[in-house]
Amino acid sequence: MSIQTLIDLPPSIMRGALIRIRVSISHPMETGYRRSSEGERLSRNIIKKFSCMLNGDLIFSADLYPAISANPYLSFQHRAARSGELTFLWEGDGGFKHVERVIMSVQ
Amino acid sequence: MISLGLRGSLRCRLSRILIQRDSFKWHALMAVFLTCVFSCSQAQTVHSLPTAKPQDARLSGFEFMGESTRALQLDASQNPAMLSVREGEQLWSARIGSKQAACQDCHGNANESMRGIASRYPAWDGAIKRPVSLSHRINLCRSRYLGMDQSLIEGPATLALEAYLALQSKADRITSVDDPNVLPWLENGHRLFEKRIGQIALSCADCHEHRAGSRLGASVIPQAHPTAYPVYRLQWQSLGALSRRIRGCFSGIRAELPEPYSDPMVSLELYLRQRAAGMPHEGPGVRP
Repeated sequence: MSIQTLIDLPPSIMRGALIRIRVSISHPMETGYRRSSEGERLSRNIIKKFSCMLNGDLIFSADLYPAISANPYLSFQHRAARSGELTFLWEGDGGFKHVERVIMSVQ
Repeated sequence: MISLGLRGSLRCRLSRILIQRDSFKWHALMAVFLTCVFSCSQAQTVHSLPTAKPQDARLSGFEFMGESTRALQLDASQNPAMLSVREGEQLWSARIGSKQAACQDCHGNANESMRGIASRYPAWDGAIKRPVSLSHRINLCRSRYLGMDQSLIEGPATLALEAYLALQSKADRITSVDDPNVLPWLENGHRLFEKRIGQIALSCADCHEHRAGSRLGASVIPQAHPTAYPVYRLQWQSLGALSRRIRGCFSGIRAELPEPYSDPMVSLELYLRQRAAGMPHEGPGVRP
């Protein structure tokens, strides 16, 4: 199953407005504490860090831990000062890395 | 209890008045009044979402959920089932299997051709001469026309496609079963629904008909209408089919688990469809 993301920005953004950006990603967030039906320990597989950049400048980041549920959903605010390319980056166990890019146009 | 007592005394008073006025019509009026009392008491606890008819006492599981879980289902940018819908959308047009074909090659645009499909399953499959659930139908289609392996029952790809099709049925009313071929299966499903099973000796009806709305531990017992399958269940942390949910119930009452796609499973799913006929399909939903 390929990795899917949902990224939600307001449909139109006025300059200086405080906007809410909401993102989620399909990911099992396996804690590392569970065992399979055969009794083997399931190795930890979580997203450890999420970051959001606007034209390369970090505007938001969060560290994630095993207690966070599958398909983690994050919501954060941003003061929209300029248009640009938003880069969403998820990094996790086993070299997991997923990038999504969205153009944000500020009127 | 206080409100129940008040309602009871009101009922008595009103029925006395009605008997004095018109002894012939009081039964009918009483029925109307009771319906009003019932719907008023529902209105206090139940929020929006159109039910099948104004006086329909059937409620979707949606009505028994908390505010935050409802919000999660209603907002497509938050609903975790939408992640699978996107996957299903990609699978719909992906050329896969030994025949390098896609669902789209036969069915075209799912927005048009698959409209309302999820509200018409389980349905009869002429080739294997038995009713099949939507998930089974997807698997059969993938093995017949795409040359895919059928081993992945309720696998992520099947679920994703099922979720994508469920979205095409959003707001369509679940249809009643009218195919004569499946009527014996429907009867069997009804019988299973009423039959006491498992070490705890409970039937589906014991909880979902007679005790719906009361609590089992901390959870409210819903009326068991399959209006939003496949659902993203927060307890599962994943999307799951109706057959998985039914197995969960069977496990809870310590009964032997029916296999997905098996005869008892499809019979029960068919009966649940008939029981919910006329209720709107919610598309892929969220349940606690």
